Amino acid sequence: MIETKSAGGPLVGMIRSVGREANKSYAFVERGWYLTKRYWAWELVWIVYNVVNALSITFIATVPSVHLTPAQVNQFILYLAIGTAVWTYVSVVFDNVTETVTMERWEGTIEYTFMAPVSRLTHMLGTCLFALLHGLLLTALQLVVLGLFFHLDLSQANWGMTLVILLTGSISLIGLGTVSAVLPMLFTERGAQMAYIIRAVMLLVSGVYYPVTVLPGWLQAFSKVTPTTYMLDGLRQSIQGVPVHNVQQPATISMLWPDIWPLLICGVVLIPLGQYIFHLAERYAKRTGKLKRNG
Amino acid sequence: MAILKDELEQSSPSVPSSLTQPPEIKLPGRKTPLLSAEELAELDQHDALVIDHVSKHFVKSGGMRLFRRGDAQKHGHKIVRAVDDITLTIHRREIMGVLGSNGSGKSTLIRLISTLLIPDKGTVEVFGHNVVTEERAVQRLINRVSVEAAFFRKLSPLENLLYSARLYGIPAGEARQQVFEILTRLGIKPDRIRQPLENMSRGMQQKVAIARAFLTAPILLLLDEPTTGLDPRSKQDVQVFVRELRDTHDATILLTTHDMDEAEALCDRIAIIDGGRIVALDTADALKRRVAEQQGLDREATLTEVFMTYTGRDWEEDEAEEEDDDE
Ligand SMILES: Nc1ncnc2c1ncn2[C@@H]1O[C@H](COP(=O)(O)OP(=O)(O)OP(=O)(O)O)[C@@H](O)[C@H]1O
Ligand SMILES: [Mg+2]
Repeated sequence: MIETKSAGGPLVGMIRSVGREANKSYAFVERGWYLTKRYWAWELVWIVYNVVNALSITFIATVPSVHLTPAQVNQFILYLAIGTAVWTYVSVVFDNVTETVTMERWEGTIEYTFMAPVSRLTHMLGTCLFALLHGLLLTALQLVVLGLFFHLDLSQANWGMTLVILLTGSISLIGLGTVSAVLPMLFTERGAQMAYIIRAVMLLVSGVYYPVTVLPGWLQAFSKVTPTTYMLDGLRQSIQGVPVHNVQQPATISMLWPDIWPLLICGVVLIPLGQYIFHLAERYAKRTGKLKRNG
Repeated sequence: MAILKDELEQSSPSVPSSLTQPPEIKLPGRKTPLLSAEELAELDQHDALVIDHVSKHFVKSGGMRLFRRGDAQKHGHKIVRAVDDITLTIHRREIMGVLGSNGSGKSTLIRLISTLLIPDKGTVEVFGHNVVTEERAVQRLINRVSVEAAFFRKLSPLENLLYSARLYGIPAGEARQQVFEILTRLGIKPDRIRQPLENMSRGMQQKVAIARAFLTAPILLLLDEPTTGLDPRSKQDVQVFVRELRDTHDATILLTTHDMDEAEALCDRIAIIDGGRIVALDTADALKRRVAEQQGLDREATLTEVFMTYTGRDWEEDEAEEEDDDE
């Protein structure tokens, strides 16, 4: 049963090592699941909070107005519902990543995680993957509850494209999640709260509850480099449809391409950038003795 | 430091010579080897651990204290030389004990070896792999038990250990079986293995921490006060385990402890560190003889006396120091 490096040629070796890394990544997913199970009360609080939050914002769309036709009201409801859903998704992902790192700092397990023969990419992919799955599940749940309160007009949705936007957007979230994990690693006490800043800025500039065009020009510049802007726009188009000669039509890939390519570029840039920033922070922590539990 | 050099040289002959046996890294029940045949063969060509002139300091922001000497101290910062120019070689299959007072730098030394701290100066090599530049290669060979059992307390021992096992590439099924095997051997009842760890006593948590390290069958095991807080029987169980890991898996062990009996029972050689420096290094017997000679005793000195001699913590000296402080 002794394994040899060369058995089966380089390709098999590569597949094997990818498999091994995947198994290691799964360690973080499984751990996330265990933790969620044990902290189920928190989970409940979190679900209720997000759903109530989404409801209270979506009700804004139903304020009586002489300017809107019933169809437009329905569009507005869906507009806000998608905004709150994406916001929940992003929040859950960020909170999950920062909270596990915070917990690792408090419990002292971070030393054991960092001592293990696991690349930081595998580590962060695994941690973020669980956060993404977790976020997706909570968001879906939230949308179901919203569907009970409002008429969500999904007749023009292109679900295939919705999935494409969701996946390409999530790549960027892994990058940003990695960056936000740095904060609780370096600042045990307030790191998780500091990560709120990244989120708050995203909330402001990426058009969660209003089109980015209402922002002053200099803020719109930030919108252009924030992946959630494209994610929201892409998801809205793919779920609500796109008006063609004043009639909503399901979006096609060519209509969504202006959102897809920026998301791909953000992902390609943010994952290595996140890794690099994490690497710098880890080095700093190892030089100054910051990984140790009690200072 | 002439004494130190002497001691280093003297100590070499007392190394166990059983370093050439063919290695087989399998704990009972371990089916998947963590190292390939080539990697195992390569291990033989190196000492387990070579620490070469390693130093590590920390800056402590000690509040705003005026009227202090020194540059760094001007700004209320205090520099702690936790590890100060340590040079030490541990051979394959050796159990090396490190003794020293609180704050003498033992844990810092272990963190430097376990890739958790980057040395300011000097190099650390584990089986020829540099801990800074070949981090991953080192990590596959080592594991560590620290004095505080660090776990996700809400999770069960099983969940915690499965997580670690996966990180080291051990398949879950195999790990699960081993977790039960190791923990029952350490006297943890099977039904506790699935309950949250926070309900366990400190000693029991420490056993789970020990199991975490044994699970990966490390070839260099770093034990930082592993038995602190354990009852005498459990201490013995752990000691048996440590010896077994050495004897059947060719593991090399670096152990720090405040338990002199344990150090004597387990260690092939003992290093005593004080203020981040190695002040003595030899077999327990040789150290005891030397101290007996120094102090003109007509019997063999105890290891506690050796400790006291080299760490300069005799009561008399302590009192003298206090008087100095008062001036
Ligand atoms: N991460 C850190 N940040 C700042 N100072 C540290 C850090 N780790 C250790 N120190 C300091 O370095 C010195 C040596 O600490 P270390 O923990 O290595 O001692 P030790 O020999 O393990 O002590 P003990 O027997 O109490 O476990 C102490 O003064 C300690 O306060
Ligand atoms: Mg210590």
